[in-house]
Amino acid sequence: MNTVVLLTLTGLGLAALYFLVASGLSLVFGLADVLNFAHGLFLGVGAYATWWAAGNLPGAGSDGLGFVVAVLFGVLAGSLVAVLVELVLIRPLYSRTIEQVLVTVGLSLAGVALLQATWGADPRPFPRPDWSRNVTSVLGAQVPNAGLLLIVAAVVVLGALLAFLRWTRYGLVIRAGVENREMVTALGIDVRKAFTLVFAIGGAAAALAGALGGVYFGTVSPGQGGSLLIFAFIVVVIGGMGSVVGSAYAAVAVGLLQQFVNYYGTSGLGDLCVVGLLAVVLLLRPQGLAGKVAHA
Amino acid sequence: MVEPVLSVADLSVRIAGLHILQGVSFEVAPTGVTVLLGRNGVGKTTTLRAIVGLTPRNGEVRGTVRMGAQSLLARPTHRLVRGGLGYVPEDRCVFAGLTVAENLRLAERRGTTPAYDKVFSLFPELDRRGRQRAGSLSGGQQQMLAIGRVLLNDNRLLLVDEPTKGLAPKVVTEVAEVLERVAESVPVLLVEQNLAVVRRLATDAVVLSAGRVAWTGDARELLLETALTKSLLGVGAAEVHS
Repeated sequence: MNTVVLLTLTGLGLAALYFLVASGLSLVFGLADVLNFAHGLFLGVGAYATWWAAGNLPGAGSDGLGFVVAVLFGVLAGSLVAVLVELVLIRPLYSRTIEQVLVTVGLSLAGVALLQATWGADPRPFPRPDWSRNVTSVLGAQVPNAGLLLIVAAVVVLGALLAFLRWTRYGLVIRAGVENREMVTALGIDVRKAFTLVFAIGGAAAALAGALGGVYFGTVSPGQGGSLLIFAFIVVVIGGMGSVVGSAYAAVAVGLLQQFVNYYGTSGLGDLCVVGLLAVVLLLRPQGLAGKVAHA
Repeated sequence: MVEPVLSVADLSVRIAGLHILQGVSFEVAPTGVTVLLGRNGVGKTTTLRAIVGLTPRNGEVRGTVRMGAQSLLARPTHRLVRGGLGYVPEDRCVFAGLTVAENLRLAERRGTTPAYDKVFSLFPELDRRGRQRAGSLSGGQQQMLAIGRVLLNDNRLLLVDEPTKGLAPKVVTEVAEVLERVAESVPVLLVEQNLAVVRRLATDAVVLSAGRVAWTGDARELLLETALTKSLLGVGAAEVHS
């Protein structure tokens, strides 16, 4: 029983990480039709900016309020980079899919190279609060606090995203744009502003995943974003392009499947099963669990 | 001579190598309904979409489109719409996942007061069904929503593409009645296949054939000329006068 609880909560922790990366990716694809391979860069920027801020930014640190300041700095940096990428590189290439893929793949490779050149290729210990290294007893299982932190953060981000989509003017524009972007412009709305906004939101969520992923793994390395991005793409496809709720369901399915199969089977089999799940969903429900609708 | 609200001159549209419009020229009068007619595939919808800036990215548009002194072709769609060019597309294009109220809210413009009173007086059902998802409305109700969205704001010209397509006869009559009332205050460029609706609404007509203008003039004159409608639209006297 303890093992099942532990596996469930660590699986949900992993799911939370996937969701934070996938939610922005999904909205960007759903609204702007951009398959953003550079999304992992935002995660890397968030992680490294948090790591840098904890050691160098006045008021920031590795514990207490200082850690919150460091994470906020990381999230802001990730969001800023995402906005710049959209404005400078993606905006001139809307509706040019092949060029977009080339640019975003190139950017992701260049981003990793830049992080390596600046801070080296080796993983660096991530500054994290003492309490995050401890465990909490849940139904008899000793669950790492870092995993619980990820779960809480993902639930808060999910709630905030849904509230934003449901209750704000821009949320309404994004939900409509995911359905029919052309018709949004035909109502007199400059949908490009919404594109920039979803990049900012997606960048912020990915950067948060980078910062909290650093807490979870205990280290930060240049290639972290790329490896998480692969599973985030799988989550987006299973959940349905443009659906935040679909991404949440898919992330939970992928995280739990991976964790349980890796434990009860052999290490690595879980990853294979996730790919199998992707294939099954594509065969039976190509539009994903929630289809192309930005649910509020 | 009365100044037209819209002037289209030598408009050519090429999409994916197909020369769909080949030098189309016509004018839209500042009052009444100008109807754009023609057989299927002659370029009626392409004309409306070119005017409002919605030609696909793989398309090429040439010519001149003016609304008053303003040239339209180089401007993005959202600016044209904000400048008073209302567009009701073919197949309604309501946002199925949003409620009726959200569909209407989306059309509101900053700095102006949306005319909900006018819209709800024309379509009382939209007021009653505010919380219903637009995707669950009937075809007629969706058409009312599509027209209602545009009427929330003041327009200098309305482009309406096949508003009665696929609707039940009773609903066709309702939609025609609404357009008749709308046309009292704003000029309309209408694409319509239903000749009974055309006969009821149209003041002027432009007939397209194979991507070119084949006839322009008074709509009643066109509908009285059975031989002309037969050759241009492929319909006989029975359809015209039904």
